[in-house]
Amino acid sequence: MARDLVTGNGAAGYTLALAGQANRHARGCCGGAYPITPQTEIIEYLRAFEFEKGRIVPVESEHSAMAVCIGASLAGARAFTASSSNGLAYMTENVFAAGYFRLPIVMIAVNRTLGPPWNIWADQGDSLALRDAPWIQLYAECHQELVDTILLAFRVAEDHRVLLPAMVCMDGFIVSHTQMIVDLPEQELVDRYLPVCSMPHSLRHDHPQTVGGLAWPRETEHMRHEIQRAMDRVPEVLEAAIEDFERIFGRRPRGAVTAEHVDDSETVVIASNTIARTARNAVMERRERGDRIGLISTKMFRPFPRDAFRTALSGVRRAAVLDRNHSPGSGGIFWQEIAASLQGEQGLLLQDYVVGLGGGDVTQDVIHRIIDDIESRTAPTDPVWEEVTV
Amino acid sequence: MTATLSVIRDCDHILRPGNTNCAGCGMSVGLQMLEQGLGRTRPTLVIPACCGIVTAGAFPTSGYAVPVAATTFASAPAVATGISTVYHLNGDAHPVICWTGDGGTYDIGMATLSAAAERNENVIYICYDNEIYGNTGGQRSSATPEGVRTTTTPRGKPERKKDIMRIMAAHRVPYAATLSIAHREDFLRKVRTALATPGFRFLLLLSPCPTGWKSEPEESVDLIDHAVRCGLFPLMEIFDGTRYRVNALPDGTPLERYTERQRRYTSTEINSKHIKEEIADQWQTLSALAHAFPAKSREQFEPA
Repeated sequence: MARDLVTGNGAAGYTLALAGQANRHARGCCGGAYPITPQTEIIEYLRAFEFEKGRIVPVESEHSAMAVCIGASLAGARAFTASSSNGLAYMTENVFAAGYFRLPIVMIAVNRTLGPPWNIWADQGDSLALRDAPWIQLYAECHQELVDTILLAFRVAEDHRVLLPAMVCMDGFIVSHTQMIVDLPEQELVDRYLPVCSMPHSLRHDHPQTVGGLAWPRETEHMRHEIQRAMDRVPEVLEAAIEDFERIFGRRPRGAVTAEHVDDSETVVIASNTIARTARNAVMERRERGDRIGLISTKMFRPFPRDAFRTALSGVRRAAVLDRNHSPGSGGIFWQEIAASLQGEQGLLLQDYVVGLGGGDVTQDVIHRIIDDIESRTAPTDPVWEEVTV
Repeated sequence: MTATLSVIRDCDHILRPGNTNCAGCGMSVGLQMLEQGLGRTRPTLVIPACCGIVTAGAFPTSGYAVPVAATTFASAPAVATGISTVYHLNGDAHPVICWTGDGGTYDIGMATLSAAAERNENVIYICYDNEIYGNTGGQRSSATPEGVRTTTTPRGKPERKKDIMRIMAAHRVPYAATLSIAHREDFLRKVRTALATPGFRFLLLLSPCPTGWKSEPEESVDLIDHAVRCGLFPLMEIFDGTRYRVNALPDGTPLERYTERQRRYTSTEINSKHIKEEIADQWQTLSALAHAFPAKSREQFEPA
């Protein structure tokens, strides 16, 4: 294991390259490359990497970047790409297609504000706009978790009990462009962790089929239900992938949801990506003062870990959801999902805080303000806009 | 019934019997000639949203006896890039063929097509051009000729047809050619030439659509014969985007023999004199190019 000082983008490019290389004794790897800030360095890394059996195609759009992945995956290769913001929006049609095709493509989504206005900073609105696509979505707090989560993503996506694409998300700039010391896995270990990618429904001449053609309602309904069943199997497949990860790499990545100091707490902060890390520091400061407060960091958004939330929040009196995203006319998107998970549960004050949109700096002070607010509440209101850039 | 189904299932022809294509569809004839040109070579087809994917029928049946990737509308050349890349990495010999309509080629797929051509991907791209969005009931595309009535140009289309052959030539693709279902030997030879040429190959097939052209199904092949003979649809080949060969010269067949048998040509905007002038201009340019920049004599498919 090599420890190195790398950016989030560098770590992601490195890990994707090793995952692609690990399939060299099977059908190889292939993906599409198209630049957009702040993920561009990832596709630059992939274009520069000399694959033994692979090719990264420099395409003319994100739409085609995903189309190349679709073709490569249908032909049996390990396929991956990266995008951000309006690139993800432009890619959307093929993002849905990749999932409905049941192709285990892995995509890095570097979260960035959707424009206009043109703003290159962190905001989860881009990947969350794809929440209704048949993709697994994982959100990494930091550089190390990013590396580990990409490897987990390939493992879960390619598992025949799942066969769904997976998106690994990180905050633009806050992770993508900052450097941290990271344990970068060596090829040999990645080869052991990622067995060859095998596609049960790849294009075959000995059994010619039309893949992705027309279907009647009966078959379509069945296919959609199969996708839900595959999603339902993700938590156990992920747990098994984590077990294997620990055995091979010697460290244990976090699961879908991490509940920290929740058991003895009346108030809990719920967050994801780097905001969860900042919130952890704020929560620890409060605990040192004797406050009974905990943190839930959400790593997996799709499938949404409803059971984990129900368990973690039972006995909690107040929960503040921090959403660096917003669905106009509704509110924060994590909040919506958590509220839907808790239907029928009584006695919890669940309050949404829309915070840090467009890359606004969510500092520990901001988190303390939010904690003060929720602790003074007796009832929830509509989502609170916590504007941080005053 | 069971016997009939097994005959269809075991049928080796690329286009299986029992498909849902309309009578007189140029695409049906084109697929059969494509198979004859390919000989024993079995392609992988990449088909975007178009009549060609309706041909496949509904899951789990398939109107095609070869593997087909059905793609989103604009994506065929990019999906084909992924497939052909992985085939190359693994030494798979099957040619990857995009089979697309004019909407997916001239309009929504233009950027994707241009990019695959620019990268010179190892893909054969065949556009069956029926000059309308046929699948959706006959709306205008940028391949619709001037003056023609469609459901979105009820008084006739004011704009001229896009010259896709010159666009592809500008990409300097190794091989571009036009195909006629009325000129079988020429069609087969061009498929063989395309097969023997590495890189991006573009083939344009003028494909009658009786429902959209308002023509009689049994006249489809004759219509294309007239289109070639009157000079409207030149049979040609372009090598590396720079060297030209004309395969058939206009023989004086009147344009009206083509237009008067299609009720789409009955709008008041149709001006035969104007179309004839355009045909004359087209031939002036093409003849000059073919004379100044001729294809080499060896650029001719020779059976091995």
